[in-house]
Amino acid sequence: MTGLLEVEGLTRRYGSLVALDGVSLSVAAGARHAVIGPNGAGKSTLFALVTGSLRPSAGRITFDGQDVTRRSDHARARAGMGKTFQHSSLFTSLPVLDNVAMATQRAAGLGMAMLRPAGRHAAVREQAMRQLELVGLAGRAAAPAAALSHGERRQLEVAVALATSPRLLLLDEPTAGLSAADSARFAELVASLGQAVTVLLIEHDLDVVFRLATHVTVLHLGRVLADGTPGEVRADETVQRAYLGDAALDDLFLEGAP
Amino acid sequence: MTTVTEAPPAPARPARPRVAAGVVLALLALVPLLVPANVADMLTRVLAFALLAIGLDLLTGVAGMASLGQAAPFGAGAYTAALLAKHATTVGPVQLVAAALAGGLLAAAVGWLLVRARGTYFLMLTLAVAEIVHELAGRWEGLTGGTNGLAGVPPVSLYPGGPPVRLAGVLYWYVLAAVLVCAGALWVVSRSAFGRTLRGVRDNEERMRSLGYRTFVPRYTVFCIAGAAAGAAGSLWVAQARFVSPADLGFEVSAMALLAVVIGGRGSLWGAALGAAVVVLVRDELSPQLGGRGPLVLGLVFVAAVYLLPRGFAGTRLPWSRDEPAP
Repeated sequence: MTGLLEVEGLTRRYGSLVALDGVSLSVAAGARHAVIGPNGAGKSTLFALVTGSLRPSAGRITFDGQDVTRRSDHARARAGMGKTFQHSSLFTSLPVLDNVAMATQRAAGLGMAMLRPAGRHAAVREQAMRQLELVGLAGRAAAPAAALSHGERRQLEVAVALATSPRLLLLDEPTAGLSAADSARFAELVASLGQAVTVLLIEHDLDVVFRLATHVTVLHLGRVLADGTPGEVRADETVQRAYLGDAALDDLFLEGAP
Repeated sequence: MTTVTEAPPAPARPARPRVAAGVVLALLALVPLLVPANVADMLTRVLAFALLAIGLDLLTGVAGMASLGQAAPFGAGAYTAALLAKHATTVGPVQLVAAALAGGLLAAAVGWLLVRARGTYFLMLTLAVAEIVHELAGRWEGLTGGTNGLAGVPPVSLYPGGPPVRLAGVLYWYVLAAVLVCAGALWVVSRSAFGRTLRGVRDNEERMRSLGYRTFVPRYTVFCIAGAAAGAAGSLWVAQARFVSPADLGFEVSAMALLAVVIGGRGSLWGAALGAAVVVLVRDELSPQLGGRGPLVLGLVFVAAVYLLPRGFAGTRLPWSRDEPAP
């Protein structure tokens, strides 16, 4: 059984530094797959390689049975890989609705349509509004994106990514800088997405990870340290040591976990 | 504890801009009846230059690609129109279409490489290409008349077999109609889904790529469209000046066009037209009275515009207006 996304022996070197060293993982269709690890574990490098903003030194990335290792980022997006950025990456001079419509008009094949006013493409507009409702920003549709709060920007970020109807949603530290309440809301949002969208998330906040994830991969120093269900990973001694050094403390995963 | 309720979305479009646009158009149409011929000639040049500036605004203001090379397609259009007038046809609309094609084709030829550069690199490369074209126009004597230029361009006629247009007022109306058609087309493009794509590329190109946009395509397309607009403007310029020389595609023309966009307010198109009027008036009317110190005045206007109107004319709201500044 192969997953929707297969990563095999992925390696990325920067000169003599090996940021990622032969990482393999498999993301099953419909999974909520989290990648965690201490700082410097190679999470962000892995994310950049999977989304196509970096090229690997070695290894293979397969999406839906197709080798996408050498494909550009926009080709991967068209194939059904949507992503959010670690730092909100929006169209700040445009209204909230236009931010989402940017995605829906591309998905509708209207990105180069020059004749009708942008607002008159009813399907593009309705689809964009639906995404805003989904993330709870419908009331802010006309506001400039620059006027949104940090939490709202993260919501909009997800709405924009979802508006291309991706089959795989890649989230890069989606709760970074969010308040506990906003993080919880964000976790609910991801949980509500349904099985049609597979999620691969890089995350620091272990609360969020263990609330959401159906599968967890732990990276450490560029290698896979552990891989399994949240329960298995939580029980793994090597993981605890990696996070806290040899003075492993049980309360790392226990506190606040469900 | 009270919560602030969300403001309702702004109503679609207030009637005021439409009324203002109607008044401006009516005034523009009445100009030949109200002013002497030399003023009509000067306003004809303003209109032609405004089309150049509007095309550049689509490129620079809407798509975020600042260019210092728009004189190249402008000159290509001007020479095309002049050569056609001297050797083939004096029909103005034919010259206009041919000049737009020439400007667009030049942009298509050089843009294939140029638009791969970003920001300042793009700016410097457009400048370099324009300087090469400028040099070429000065040296290719057989075609362009070299540094002497092409003099004695016959006046345009409005339709095949029509009489040559010699009255300044009629020529003004021809140029006004042509500029309105071309600028209208640019305005439609700016408001379209493609226009939204361009704003997306301007704001955040990487995000566009992650949404599946191959950003080279809209960047290249808008570069060609701006080139075609510049070419069309060149033909209208020659229709009035009846003369073209390498000076018409020198650095000064590119710089003035970009200056018009900056003081007009990037991205609104009509602001660029207003900026073009200021720039041409200062250079052609004020400068002779100041002993040729027009460029100095333009420099001061530029500094003043950047400090006093950071968003240009188009982004500046009167105190009693509640509208959001245009993006």
